[in-house]
Amino acid sequence: MAETIIFQSLPSRPAPTQTEGLVPWAKANLFANWQSTLTTLVVGGLLLYFIPQFVNWAILTATTVPNADACRAPGVGACWGVITEKYRLIIFGRYPLEEQWRPLVATLLLLALLVASCTRAFWNKWLILGWVIIVSVFFALMYGNVLGLTKVTTDRWGGLPLTIMLSSLSMVMSFPLAIAVALGRRSKLPAIRTFCTIYVELIRGVPLISVLFMASFMFPLFMPQGVTIDVLIRVFAGLTLFAAAYMAEVIRGGLQAMPKGQAEAAASLGLSYWQTQGRIILPQALAMVVPSIVNNFIGLFKDTSLVGIVSLYELTGSLGLALNGDADWRPYKLEGYVFITLIYFSFCFAMSRYSLWIEKQVNKSKLR
Amino acid sequence: MAEAKIAPRTPPTKRDWSWRSQAFRGLMYQILAVVLIGGAVWFLAHNTAENMRIRGIKSGFDFLMAPAGFDIGESLFPFDSNNPYWKAFLIGITNTLRVAIVGIILTTILGTMIGVGRFSRNGLVRGLCQAYVEFFRNVPVLLQLLMWYLLFTELLPDIADAKQVGGFFLSKGGLSFPEPVWAAGHIWAVGGLVVGLVAAWFYRRWAQSKFEATGQLRSMVWAPIGVVVAFGIVGWLIGGAPSEFNLPKKGEFSVEGGGSLTPEFLAVLLGLTLYTAAFVAEVVRSGISSVARGQGEASQALGLSKSQEMQKVLLPQALRVIIPPMTSQFLNLTKNSSLAVAIGYPDVVSIANTALNQTGRAVECIAIIMLVYLTTSLSTSIFMGWYNAKSAIRER
Repeated sequence: MAETIIFQSLPSRPAPTQTEGLVPWAKANLFANWQSTLTTLVVGGLLLYFIPQFVNWAILTATTVPNADACRAPGVGACWGVITEKYRLIIFGRYPLEEQWRPLVATLLLLALLVASCTRAFWNKWLILGWVIIVSVFFALMYGNVLGLTKVTTDRWGGLPLTIMLSSLSMVMSFPLAIAVALGRRSKLPAIRTFCTIYVELIRGVPLISVLFMASFMFPLFMPQGVTIDVLIRVFAGLTLFAAAYMAEVIRGGLQAMPKGQAEAAASLGLSYWQTQGRIILPQALAMVVPSIVNNFIGLFKDTSLVGIVSLYELTGSLGLALNGDADWRPYKLEGYVFITLIYFSFCFAMSRYSLWIEKQVNKSKLR
Repeated sequence: MAEAKIAPRTPPTKRDWSWRSQAFRGLMYQILAVVLIGGAVWFLAHNTAENMRIRGIKSGFDFLMAPAGFDIGESLFPFDSNNPYWKAFLIGITNTLRVAIVGIILTTILGTMIGVGRFSRNGLVRGLCQAYVEFFRNVPVLLQLLMWYLLFTELLPDIADAKQVGGFFLSKGGLSFPEPVWAAGHIWAVGGLVVGLVAAWFYRRWAQSKFEATGQLRSMVWAPIGVVVAFGIVGWLIGGAPSEFNLPKKGEFSVEGGGSLTPEFLAVLLGLTLYTAAFVAEVVRSGISSVARGQGEASQALGLSKSQEMQKVLLPQALRVIIPPMTSQFLNLTKNSSLAVAIGYPDVVSIANTALNQTGRAVECIAIIMLVYLTTSLSTSIFMGWYNAKSAIRER
């Protein structure tokens, strides 16, 4: 008896579970197992409890009327009136009110320059010229005394222009020093290596505030008789020396990451030390550490808030200046803090995103 | 064919005293550097001495023996304004160390939790941890300190109607908490803990050797902890089980008794901890993600348990990446504690600032600040360097 084999098609398998879309995502990321579900419920519950309260305070019951009595009314949340009333004092410090277009224009120019410096298309020698021109324009606008502008002495400078100017300029000025120190720390000459190491470790071992104290109290003693230097310049010098030590370490990291073969190849081509460093090593090493340099800049930007302690009224200091002496508005200092927190945050966050982006750009060459 | 004879060339004579000699150039550069830097230092020192002579500023550290003339808000040991300056500085240093050490411990715990949270399988936890890092990293720490201080001093209730949670009181006056009354019995408890630590250490060694010999696994974490706790409790019981607590009580105008923390201390501690934790979290995250994925898979293929995989394979490799940046975060926290001067916590900078304003000895006061921080930084980096060398890869 011949067995007949009947081929039967198997029942079709179920379609693969959907892996894209909101519901599958939630299933995998919020409710994967009972622990995850519990966490989601607890954390989500807390968020649902606090976020509406915050929104209520910050937006729904808030007032923007620049009138302290309106803020004292019962049931009023955040008093943004303190910002609408005082924003010019907070952002520009004690700069004369009718002249405040000058720091505004100067700061916008400096910001445009900073953005240009972050763009690859502008990375050439014209950028240096741009820096020289715009920084000169910045100081001409801020200080005045030329082209019919009235003179505004540096003790009246303040707020955001001061923050941006101090951080960006001390960063740029610290750059050549940092490169020299970084090369010096890797030098074969023991005396130079020792000096550079002592400098870097000394500065990195002490807090910025002690450097600022030194700039504020000791620099006047350092100068020969009859020479006085403006406090802004002294603080600027202190910040530059401080930033250079940190920057030197970043650059040294880049130098260390260079394969030895690069220097050896340059040597076999007969390049001198400076040619090797300037044309072979530094361009590659610096490109590698651009993200860390940007992170350093973020740190310096935040650190400028300390100069308020030696009585320069940058953003944090000018907020105190605006509110501490005013009994009507002092109770709403929290709103003022939230305001400048937002300013600092938006600057630093933008820069940290840029740092991530540039890191990807730098690594592109390695991803072949 | 006559062999052409080439006269042996004499090797070029070494001319050590020429610009062509690298050694000579190097020597000249170094002499130049020494002269320049020495000259600059001499110039500054000379100017300083001259200026101080003209302005009649006295120099020297003899002022440290003079009475300070100011009071200090909080100190670990009694102080009044008749005490000398050196004692004031000592209080400043202990206050700095107190906030730095507690801050380092808290920030390590919080930062590690957040850093590990970035790998959570729960999307909400992941997102929250990332949001935390982004927010706290991008706002100046000084601003955060000022904000916490404002919250503590303005928005909390007055001392008279302090908020009570259990035995804790929170108000504008700070935090009061129950404090155990020191009794002789506690010495026994401490002794028990020490004995327990020794016993746990021996147990771990024994368990490790057993594991290596037989492959039998014994608890390496919970059993030793249990041993320590058990010995501590036994010691405490032998000492007569002292359980008296000094509870804070709300009086008419103040909260009395118990231990207390000032709002300044709390603001500095909280601000520094939350700020640094964001950086520590990033360090931990990059450390964990630096361990190649194959390492975990390989240890599973070898049949290691999840905890063994963590302890013996992943953590030792991640720690190598984590320790150096972690050290610099700890040092940053210590250095940032100097910002306490902005909110009036009497740390060493704020004491030195007061002393500077009272005596005018800028050079000496700033030298003391720098010396304190340099000592802390250098000793920490020496210790961490030793620890790092211990955990580094042993290359053959």
